[in-house]
Amino acid sequence: MSGKQFIERLEKRFGDLVARVELEAIDPWIEVEPGGVVELCRYLRDAEDLRFNYCNSICVVDYFEPDAKKAAKTAWSPHLEVVYHLSSIQYKTTLVVKVMLPRWKDGVPGQLPEVPSVSGIWSTADWHEREAYDLSGVWFTGHPNLQRILCPEDWVGYPLRKDYEMPLEYHGIRGR
Amino acid sequence: MTKPWIEGRFEENVVFTTLEQAINWAQQSSIWPMTFGLACCAIEMMAAGASRYDLDRFGAGAFRATPRQADLMIVAGTVTYKMASRVRRLYNMMPDPKYVIAMGACTVGGGPYFKYGYHVVKGVDLVVPVDVYVPGCPPRPEALLEGLMRIQDKIKGKRINKRNGVRVEDELPIPHHSGWVDAPGGDAPLTDHQKITG
Ligand code: SF4
Repeated sequence: MSGKQFIERLEKRFGDLVARVELEAIDPWIEVEPGGVVELCRYLRDAEDLRFNYCNSICVVDYFEPDAKKAAKTAWSPHLEVVYHLSSIQYKTTLVVKVMLPRWKDGVPGQLPEVPSVSGIWSTADWHEREAYDLSGVWFTGHPNLQRILCPEDWVGYPLRKDYEMPLEYHGIRGR
Repeated sequence: MTKPWIEGRFEENVVFTTLEQAINWAQQSSIWPMTFGLACCAIEMMAAGASRYDLDRFGAGAFRATPRQADLMIVAGTVTYKMASRVRRLYNMMPDPKYVIAMGACTVGGGPYFKYGYHVVKGVDLVVPVDVYVPGCPPRPEALLEGLMRIQDKIKGKRINKRNGVRVEDELPIPHHSGWVDAPGGDAPLTDHQKITG
């Protein structure tokens, strides 16, 4: 299926939910609104000629520059990007789905941005999402067990956020 | 290290020694380490235990899978904050006398994770008391063997005697390498070699 056809098909089916399609990139990617993630992913997995039946990874990119001087020069405004890497074992194709999120929900620091969980579509997404929540602080709504997976349960903060501050002390062990 | 005067005074086949010496000898020749690999350093520890370096020559080849049977904890690898409480618990579970080797830069002081590792304990001595530090990333098996022999020295220096009702202080071993080096180029002194880069 050609790229053009694919775009048209997505547009017809999802309308505005699919915000952007970049099929010329080395890793072709689709940007989708947070509300449409589950629907789109289910479609990508189940459509006869797509069959993206494997979710390689879910990662979060933090677009943020703590240095005010450098931040003024960046081409982007601060945001989070949730990136889903998908493969079709059957057709040997790959696709990337991206979701743009604010760094904090409603701009309130500490309020995690939310995106619906895709763990119901690929069960492997369960742990990937837990990891993304643990390290980058994204709340996956509808996840069956969204807890920290790598850091201890009582860890404070999300270490892979660019503005994360290292703990100076953890349970009586000094940090530096 | 002082030797009891009776040691080796008589002809062959007649062995006289002191109880202290005998106990220390027995202990130092059977330091059983605990299986305790946490990260990449563990690979070198395994190499030290395998046939090429053969930790067993020093009686320390019996890696125990339980702290109850171990005398030595070789903390080989990166200790994270999450692991720290477990390290401490395992240390508490070991029977006395117990020794700890901090193996590798990570356990000595955070190592490569010192600056940006949010989750790494900056030295295992913040968690358990350490007897011997073995630096390196990872240390070669020879270095670990050296560390083991320093533990043996430490055991050798243990005193159980009393003199006039007062317990005799343990002797602390002095490493036999002087560590003294001749600096090259005496008249043209080395400069800038300690400049902090980056
Ligand atoms: S000191 Fe180096 S080799 Fe050893 S655990 Fe740390 S990073 Fe790995």
